[in-house]
Amino acid sequence: MSTLHTVNKSPFEKNSLETCVRLAAKGSTVLMYEDGVYGAMKGTAVADTVKTALKTMQVCVMGPDLKARGIDAAKLLDGIKVVDYSDFVKLSVENDKVQAWL
Amino acid sequence: MSDIKKFMYINRRAPYGTVYAWESLEVVLIGAAFDQLVSLAFIDDGIYQIMKGQDTSQLGIKNFSPTYGALGDYGITNIYVEKESLEERGLTLDDLIPLKYEDENDNYAEKDSIKVVTASELAKILEEQEVLLDF
Amino acid sequence: MPIEVNGKTMETDEEGYLADLNQWEPAVADVMAKLDDCQLTDSHWEVINFLREYYEEYQIAPAVRVLTKAIGKKLGPDKGNSKYLYELFPYGPGKQACKYAGLPKPTGCV
Repeated sequence: MSTLHTVNKSPFEKNSLETCVRLAAKGSTVLMYEDGVYGAMKGTAVADTVKTALKTMQVCVMGPDLKARGIDAAKLLDGIKVVDYSDFVKLSVENDKVQAWL
Repeated sequence: MSDIKKFMYINRRAPYGTVYAWESLEVVLIGAAFDQLVSLAFIDDGIYQIMKGQDTSQLGIKNFSPTYGALGDYGITNIYVEKESLEERGLTLDDLIPLKYEDENDNYAEKDSIKVVTASELAKILEEQEVLLDF
Repeated sequence: MPIEVNGKTMETDEEGYLADLNQWEPAVADVMAKLDDCQLTDSHWEVINFLREYYEEYQIAPAVRVLTKAIGKKLGPDKGNSKYLYELFPYGPGKQACKYAGLPKPTGCV
């Protein structure tokens, strides 16, 4: 069973990202979008959490949400994949289920 | 006049994900039209509101980050950014929009509105305010 | 109520502000002014163009106080005062000039 985990809240305002990474199984995909994209940046207080996820999971971030917030690719942690809306649809279809951490 | 009060708007939320940032900015602009002494503080995720290079064209919502540039025209010259909040997010002053104002008492010289302050410095500044509004 | 500009129909809100500011063209201002029995002169256009530039840069229509000050800086003190601006736009420089410029009503304007 493969699962797509989505996080759309800022990691500094809610612990959704932290809980997601703690409970998502190896081999899962984590997608950060909306205010969740702030978790994808280098040098933040939550960078270690995301680095942990990157060891065993695929971590994606929504490109249009990055662009809206002024975050360019150079500011992202290494290994994070930038995706768009059609990729989001593909990921939802490819995985058996979607777990949305709100 | 005793009718003039020191207002401080505290911005603590990221833009776009929720409406707080835009609502706060609208209230600030309305309030500033009434000749009050208005300061702003950006702390926690509020710092993300004034990040450079925002482009919402793919989201189909309005990019209101250019509007912060008008704050100087509205007489808002003190914009405080908490150092701890910047550091927690891996950001520096260079990542923020360089907000300026023209000093009428200094031959309209252009000056920086943003002051990066520590939490303890900000605590003192908050203590001096008469009205605090948190968004 | 929709207005007719160069053969195109444009939607406006109940106060006459253009619904889609991307539809604006100079003729919009002329049509709206005519509805108010107002003839636009170069002096009106100075203010309308200034407002459009301000909106382009800051994404807001400035408050009257800010507009007055900024006009004074750009076009001189004889124009940067409420008397001059109210003579040009008797319904209020913020409301009326912003309307002709295709902008929303200034934030904080009632």
